[in-house]
Amino acid sequence: MNKLLEVTDLKKIFGGSVRAVDGVSFSLAERETLALVGESGCGKSTVSRLILRLTNPTQGTIRFEGKDITRISQGALKSIRREIQFVFQDPFSSLDPRMTAGEIVTEPLSVHGLVRNGRERRSTAERLLQAVGLSSKHVDNWPRQFSGGQRQRLGIIRAFALGPRLIVADEPVSALDVSVRSQVINILQDMQEDKGTAYLFISHDMATVRHMADRVAVMYLGKIVELAPKTSFFAGPQHPYAEALLSAVPASHPSKRRRRILLAGDPPSPISIPSGCRFHTRCPIAQDVCKSSEPPLKPVADNHLAACHFAQAWPIASRLKDVDAPTEGGRFDNVPGDLQVCR
Amino acid sequence: MLDRIFVTFSVCFLVLLAVVVVFGDFIQPHDPLLQNFAVRDQGPSSTYWLGTDDFGRDVFSRILEGSRLSMTVGLVSPLIAAIIGITMGTSAAYFGGWPERIVTRLTDMMMSFDPLLLGVLVVALLGPGILNLSIAISFALIPSFIRLSRASALAVRQEAYVDAAIAMGRPSYSTIVRHVLPNISGPLVVMTTLWIGTAIRLEATLSFIGLGAQPPAPSWGNIVRYGVQNIFGSPLPALFAGLAITLTVLSFNILGDALRDRLDPDRTVR
Repeated sequence: MNKLLEVTDLKKIFGGSVRAVDGVSFSLAERETLALVGESGCGKSTVSRLILRLTNPTQGTIRFEGKDITRISQGALKSIRREIQFVFQDPFSSLDPRMTAGEIVTEPLSVHGLVRNGRERRSTAERLLQAVGLSSKHVDNWPRQFSGGQRQRLGIIRAFALGPRLIVADEPVSALDVSVRSQVINILQDMQEDKGTAYLFISHDMATVRHMADRVAVMYLGKIVELAPKTSFFAGPQHPYAEALLSAVPASHPSKRRRRILLAGDPPSPISIPSGCRFHTRCPIAQDVCKSSEPPLKPVADNHLAACHFAQAWPIASRLKDVDAPTEGGRFDNVPGDLQVCR
Repeated sequence: MLDRIFVTFSVCFLVLLAVVVVFGDFIQPHDPLLQNFAVRDQGPSSTYWLGTDDFGRDVFSRILEGSRLSMTVGLVSPLIAAIIGITMGTSAAYFGGWPERIVTRLTDMMMSFDPLLLGVLVVALLGPGILNLSIAISFALIPSFIRLSRASALAVRQEAYVDAAIAMGRPSYSTIVRHVLPNISGPLVVMTTLWIGTAIRLEATLSFIGLGAQPPAPSWGNIVRYGVQNIFGSPLPALFAGLAITLTVLSFNILGDALRDRLDPDRTVR
């Protein structure tokens, strides 16, 4: 597999002490979807901002198509930015209220000088709007005249306007109603199939992740604790934290229920990260060794990495039933989101 | 309802004022500088509508002529202050870091002086005169513009669409012009309008204490000044020039308030 994006030992420390991202490494192949999951504050959004170079990393490297883009200037970055686009979480804040829909979706093109005049810009805008199922009549509408789902579609088509190789999608559907979520996810999938774009898909919603991802990376307190292909991950997460996350997803049938693992308390502050394994303060199977030595992210099965001293020992024993097979490339039907994702 | 009447009157008055400023030469019934000692300190008459001053000059013509100077200073100074202040304020908010700290500290320092005091200081350094007066008033207004534009821009800077613009490769100045400025324009337009009133008042004040327009050229400020010196000869020049100042400042303030209500994001559909 060709590595499109390669992130090595990425660190972001805010204000000298807040270790938001604390040594994250992963890579992303062309056309691949890597889901980055974790609870609020685990640093997954910071990772996306670092990759988009909206903030500079404290340490580590980001390579795009083999080229180190970690420290190059914003000017030199401009050509790379054509290849890396983004979809943000909040469809209300991510569209400038003082721009029309047409201006918004063609903004990347005009920034990169790819539309020559107003007429061309307008016809391109109409074409783009139609590509995500919006009417070309909407071209002069203001963002406030669209619904949340429509706005997010504007955001998506803006991301695809330049034909990027990679799209960083930071919780693109979590702000949407369940009823429009599946619609937007289908658009994201269709666009990916069409254009062959890779996604770094950031989410805290395991159902969406199961539907979208090829591989899953679980973050906890600024570090990746598990990184695995989707099938292998959903069949048997190796890290107790990943197991706990999965157990929080409601099952569609009582027989498919996992044993619910309740994590006590809040995640520790990224200002004072626990010694040893950073999860030991909340881990249901923590031993003495976990307090003193930090487990590395190491292979436990084919392409399946986990950072736990008891990786292989843990999941088999804990699961009540063997889990339902992941949905393979299935589409959502016209059923409200949450109901089908867990089938 | 009463509000609307006030706003209508203000707008009408300001339109009238604009006409007077632009076409003053054709409207003035007499030469505002022409002295005629035969008609000193007269009351209103069909020839001299608002009477004459102690040099026998027509008060009405002088007030019309004075409006040009007062309005020029009143409009130009806030505009200059707005351009400089908004540039500094938005840049400080957008880029942050040590330039922002310096700009904020300087603003705090300047804000601790009364605008009038700052104006006096600048004129004292540069000498009286209409250009220096404009500079002085602009200088006095800049900190307010920095402060408001910085505060508004800081809020807009947090919006995801600014990150979006950066992430799609838009250069900083272009992001400021295309995304930040349009989204902070509402409060800034309102404040500019309100400061026009203040600038006119400042001009009058500085001219009144002899730091502005130099005689014989009339400005509302120095008409009041010399009118007061001769208040027992004829109170009319000071009275009517004062009235002109009051009405103009009031009109701009009412207009500013109306604009604020109109541009208030809570009142418009978002």
